[in-house]
Amino acid sequence: MLSRDGDWTKMFNRRAIVLGGVQGALITTLIARMYYLQVVKSDRYKMLADGNRINVQLLPPPRGRILDRFGQPLAVNSQQFRVLVIPEQANKVVDTIGVLANLIEIADYERDRIKREVGRHRSFVPIMVKENLSWEEMARIQVNAADLPGVIIDDALTRHYPLNEAATHLLGYVSSVDEADLNGDPLLQLPGFRIGKAGVEKVHDAILRGKGGTNQVEVNAYGRVVRELNRQEGDPGTDVLLTIDERLQRVAYERLKEEESASMAVMDIYTGEMLVMTSDPGYDPHMFSRAPTPQEWRELSTNPRSPLTNKAVAGRYPPGSTFKLCVALAGLENGVIQAEQFIHCPGHTTLGSRTWYCWKKGGHGSVNMATAITQSCDCYFYEVARRLGVDRISAMAHKLGLGELTGVGVPNEQKGLIPTEAWKKAARGEPWQQGETLNVGIGQGQVAVTPIQLCTYVARIANGGLAVKPTLVRATVTTAAAAAKVARDETDNGPMAMQKLESIGISPQHLAVVQRGMFGCVNAGGTATRAILKMKDAEKKDWQMAGKTGSSQIHSIKRAERALGEMSMSKQEQRPWELRDHALFVAFAPFHAPRYAVACVIEHGKAGAQAAAAVKDVMEEVLRLDPSRKVRTDDTIASGPSATPEKSPT
Amino acid sequence: MSELGFNARLRRGDMNASEKLWQVSWSLVLWLCCIFAFGFAMLYSAAGGKLMPWAEPQAARFVIGIAMMLGVAVLDIRSVMRFAYVFYFITIVLLVAVDIKGVIGGGAQRWIDLGIINLQPSELAKPAIVLALARYFHGRNLEDIASPLALLAPLTLVLLPVGLVIKQPDLGTALVILMVSAATFFMAGVRMWKFITVGIAGLAAMFPAWAMLHEYQRDRIRIFMDPERDPLGTGYHILQSKIALGSGGLFGKGFMEGTQSHLSFLPERQTDFIFTMLAEELGMVGGLTLLALYAMILIYGYAIAFRCRYQFGRLVAVGITTTFFLYFFINIAMVMGLIPVVGVPLPLISYGGTALLTLMFCMGLLMNVWVHRDVQMAMRGGFGDF
Repeated sequence: MLSRDGDWTKMFNRRAIVLGGVQGALITTLIARMYYLQVVKSDRYKMLADGNRINVQLLPPPRGRILDRFGQPLAVNSQQFRVLVIPEQANKVVDTIGVLANLIEIADYERDRIKREVGRHRSFVPIMVKENLSWEEMARIQVNAADLPGVIIDDALTRHYPLNEAATHLLGYVSSVDEADLNGDPLLQLPGFRIGKAGVEKVHDAILRGKGGTNQVEVNAYGRVVRELNRQEGDPGTDVLLTIDERLQRVAYERLKEEESASMAVMDIYTGEMLVMTSDPGYDPHMFSRAPTPQEWRELSTNPRSPLTNKAVAGRYPPGSTFKLCVALAGLENGVIQAEQFIHCPGHTTLGSRTWYCWKKGGHGSVNMATAITQSCDCYFYEVARRLGVDRISAMAHKLGLGELTGVGVPNEQKGLIPTEAWKKAARGEPWQQGETLNVGIGQGQVAVTPIQLCTYVARIANGGLAVKPTLVRATVTTAAAAAKVARDETDNGPMAMQKLESIGISPQHLAVVQRGMFGCVNAGGTATRAILKMKDAEKKDWQMAGKTGSSQIHSIKRAERALGEMSMSKQEQRPWELRDHALFVAFAPFHAPRYAVACVIEHGKAGAQAAAAVKDVMEEVLRLDPSRKVRTDDTIASGPSATPEKSPT
Repeated sequence: MSELGFNARLRRGDMNASEKLWQVSWSLVLWLCCIFAFGFAMLYSAAGGKLMPWAEPQAARFVIGIAMMLGVAVLDIRSVMRFAYVFYFITIVLLVAVDIKGVIGGGAQRWIDLGIINLQPSELAKPAIVLALARYFHGRNLEDIASPLALLAPLTLVLLPVGLVIKQPDLGTALVILMVSAATFFMAGVRMWKFITVGIAGLAAMFPAWAMLHEYQRDRIRIFMDPERDPLGTGYHILQSKIALGSGGLFGKGFMEGTQSHLSFLPERQTDFIFTMLAEELGMVGGLTLLALYAMILIYGYAIAFRCRYQFGRLVAVGITTTFFLYFFINIAMVMGLIPVVGVPLPLISYGGTALLTLMFCMGLLMNVWVHRDVQMAMRGGFGDF
């Protein structure tokens, strides 16, 4: 018994050591695992833990402003108020919304949306009830704040365009980000973030946008923010000072509104600075910030006056008689005609079996070049064009900036077209017909140009053949002080710019002939007598403008008219609007010391004189304000920080 | 005289209560208090630096637990042995009662409301099976248990509570009972080849069992074995637990500074996942300290087993020690993603009344063996005058 007992004890002791050993080994496993997790893989898990607890919120930077040449606001950020409700703080969301609905208007479908969103989000996420509150609505909510637990009002910045429709094509608008816009900038992923989608807003979006700041917050497993860890403010967007004069932009747009559909561009002929660039009809740029309703969109996109197109750069028109300046210069430069050489105009020209008519039924008789421009004699230019051939006309047109992208810096600029023999061969596979050259001679046929090109064209004629190019940006600045400095700069940059510009290589004498013709056109019984300026300069001398009208026919009409064998002004009135001729006018002023060039196209405006009248009204204002030489003093320059830091959406 | 007399009485087992209290291993009590203090601090941290709702009630239970432990320690071990089967029988009845109540209640129920505490019979099953098996193997030498037939009775003793606990269903506890029983069989001298045979038979039985299961049941077992398959449920918890542990690093994020636990990424930070929080806040150093304290208890357990003069006491000591080991090993291995997720609390640290009191009851039994280590025990638990 005892010995057996002893056996058992020995066995027990042996096995106890084994069992203890196994347990010790398992504990060692635990330690090994602990070492693996806490030492070997520690960095990785630390990263994951931080990823868990740290959320990075992006702080959207305030968008840079767009200012005019004197610092006046064209596009700025304005505060808008909105009301939100935090479901967990509201006793019952439905009741709270009910109380709110007594104070401000809340549509039924909005209520449904709120109910949906409350269901979708965690109870501490604020739900937007209504945006764009008026002061009155806001006041009403605040007075009743006691009855509205969980209701908060916060402010955000929205884009505001003081000029509204007057500069809408030029400035463009901001709108929400599309899939295609995503380019890695995390700002674009922010809900509600807006980027420039058209005009200057689009072209300069990168610098206007600024750089987002970050806010590191600690969140718990449910996403609630526990505390702020590290806040890094971003860089606000850069302000862009345009060359535009806000006063003139308004004047021009108001004047064009009298017409159905038109555009106008005004430029400094030496610096190339655009003072006016407007297109009518416009549209409300604010519409796109909030997204247009389907009905608004339909109206905009189907309107025959094409309000969405920036006609100043994207409207392609046959230049009509305004092109004769180019033909005249080509003739003189190529020596096919002398300025004082007379050509007889019997009212028509024949070439082969076909007949081309002058606009004046009886003809102009014998005309020299200046008279031909003044009277816009078609026969004269048929003859010059015939002598030149289309290629030499085309070369001159390109020299003067027609058929070329100006690169003024707004989207969708059109190149236009100046036909050549090679072009026709390539495009149509047919040889060039001489008759087509005659059409080109009076700016018809395939010739298509944009208003901004016409403006550049007349500027190059007015400035003595300098290769001026239109520009739109005067400066980009990051501080209000810098903006004010640019805006108050009294230096006239004209003379310096003149020095720097290259010549396009046209003889000054030839340019003088054309200028004289343009002078006569306005002031000596030409086609643009409606454009005689009714104002005097400081020395009591009359301001004088020189210009050239143009009426360009719609292509389909041209054939119909040819069948009739007649084109009379009176017929225009009887045509439906969209079949009337376009009215064009290009001009520069003052005649004796040219500084400003202007081009105006009135779609289906019947005759060039119509455009001349509009230009006259605007040019008078341009000369009176003389923005290239005189600093604006009547208004305080928009100051203050370029924008207040935008509140991050909570 | 008194010295001699005391030793004699000690062998005979007729000491009075104060003499027994003097015999209690107070150093073991001190170690237990150390571990609890550790747990108290963690519960304080889990509540964000507050005594409520966990640390204070747990401390009150610990005081009761200590008292109970001492109470159990001074019981006469012969009575304990005599009542081992009775205790086992009561536990089985309670398990059946819970089963019936669960059926009536329409869900899985593991506890019986006794008014003061909620009694979990599955917890009681652990000391009960240890006592019953020790009672059975007491006085049986190696020849007695050589025949496989001699093992039928103790196997039945084991499988009955295991079956009832699995039905609850509480797979974790069932496994603990099985493993404790296996350890006791092993310590009682059952031949190794028998374990190997049973092991192979068990493995073989798994294949037809697996084939009989429905697909959804298999899925549940697959997720149980591999939580990553369920990244939003269990897998999420284990991943978060690993992140918490790993991010704690060698020295931890500091007491009450655990981001994973305090920002609610960690589930059940006051109960099953409290080790994770400890290791996140105090790092590997903290984890190792706790393991060292636990190892200390194991050493005491084995020392008591070696010092005890009779089989019952030895088997009880090793059984209780193994139970204690399984508790903390399963819990820590689970939170570190070494083994599937089973709801086993961390002894003396996790918040919860039943587990703590059961554990203190077990420690009382261990202490009881220590106090009565020199008692001469007869075959049937009486005084053996041999």
